[in-house]
Amino acid sequence: MNCSHEAVELMHKYLDHDLTKEEEGRLRVHLEDCEACQKHFHELERTIKLVQNTEQITAPADFKKSVMQKLPAEKKNVKYLRWFKAHPVLTSAVIFVIFMFSGMFSSWNQSGELVVSKQENLEIQGDTVIVPEGVTVEGDLLVKNGDLRIDGTVDGDVRLVNGDLIKDDTIEGSGLMASAGEVNGDLQQVDQVFEWLWFHMKDLIKSIFSLGHIQLTGT
Amino acid sequence: MDLITREKIKQVKRGDQSAFEDIVSFYQNKIYQHCYRMLGNRHEAEDIGQETFIRAYVNIHSFDDKRKFSTWLYRIATNLTIDRIRKRKPDYYLDAEIRGTDGLDMYSQLATDHRLPEEEVQGMELQDYINQQISGLPPKYRSVIILRYLEEFSLQEISDILDIPLGTVKTRIHRGREALRKKLRHV
Repeated sequence: MNCSHEAVELMHKYLDHDLTKEEEGRLRVHLEDCEACQKHFHELERTIKLVQNTEQITAPADFKKSVMQKLPAEKKNVKYLRWFKAHPVLTSAVIFVIFMFSGMFSSWNQSGELVVSKQENLEIQGDTVIVPEGVTVEGDLLVKNGDLRIDGTVDGDVRLVNGDLIKDDTIEGSGLMASAGEVNGDLQQVDQVFEWLWFHMKDLIKSIFSLGHIQLTGT
Repeated sequence: MDLITREKIKQVKRGDQSAFEDIVSFYQNKIYQHCYRMLGNRHEAEDIGQETFIRAYVNIHSFDDKRKFSTWLYRIATNLTIDRIRKRKPDYYLDAEIRGTDGLDMYSQLATDHRLPEEEVQGMELQDYINQQISGLPPKYRSVIILRYLEEFSLQEISDILDIPLGTVKTRIHRGREALRKKLRHV
């Protein structure tokens, strides 16, 4: 075997785990005989060990920070998305609030027309609902998006949403008693969005707690 | 780790920068070390190491998910270091600190030009001497030796990283080993 070329070639193949069984046998036989090649082989193996044993080097402490600072700005929506992912509870709260408000607002806005609860004896003049004098309205009265004038009597609660209670100043002579009309129950006036919300929620809670009751009185 | 890296890369591709931060955390020491071994000084290693990650981030969409990410990253790093070595070839930094020596620069080397290797070894820690010999290799041998014995890539992976045929990798690694053997035989 030619030491300077073939044997060295086989040694490198050995180091790359590329030797066939046959070549390995040839190399072993040669190494047993040839001291020079033995030395060469040990030197190679030692060189590799020396290289592998060099110490590991670590990056400077602020390496990552500098890299991140130099990156091009990321898109805004990704930032928000990540925030939402990191705060699932807050996110669901935000979504809940958005849905709730949008629901309330749309029900606030959509009903631009006059709504009056179904009762007999009510007079309607344009946007004004009048409880005529001498008339008694039975049950709760609801007026939405309109004004209400009570000359007669309401036998129940009055809810006035987005409208005014007109105090009839024209009949001053008949005294306070008659002009204010008579409401035998609560008089609620709601004309602010937040009061509307509050009213809505109160209503909801009330209905939850008195489901059976509503079924009876709803007719 | 491979699975986590894959997931992180998906997130980076969607534009998530914080996922990339985790990738930097994981690979920063390896890439910095690779650049340092290739370039031989800390300043350039930091510079090129950071550039490697920035390039990876900007070009993340060209990364094929089926391939190995580390291979792709090392390829960027190796190309950048070789570019840098080519650029600096004409002017040699005399005041550049020699790797592993505390404050020794090239000026100090001018005076000690003709010392025998044995004497050199005595004046220096063995580790530093080996480091110096590795950085003394021509870049094309240096890169394969570093990738093979310091980063422990397989020959096939090195062929992927350097984009050269497997046969060429073998030739270079043989020559690199022989060159180092000659320098380290008397240690």
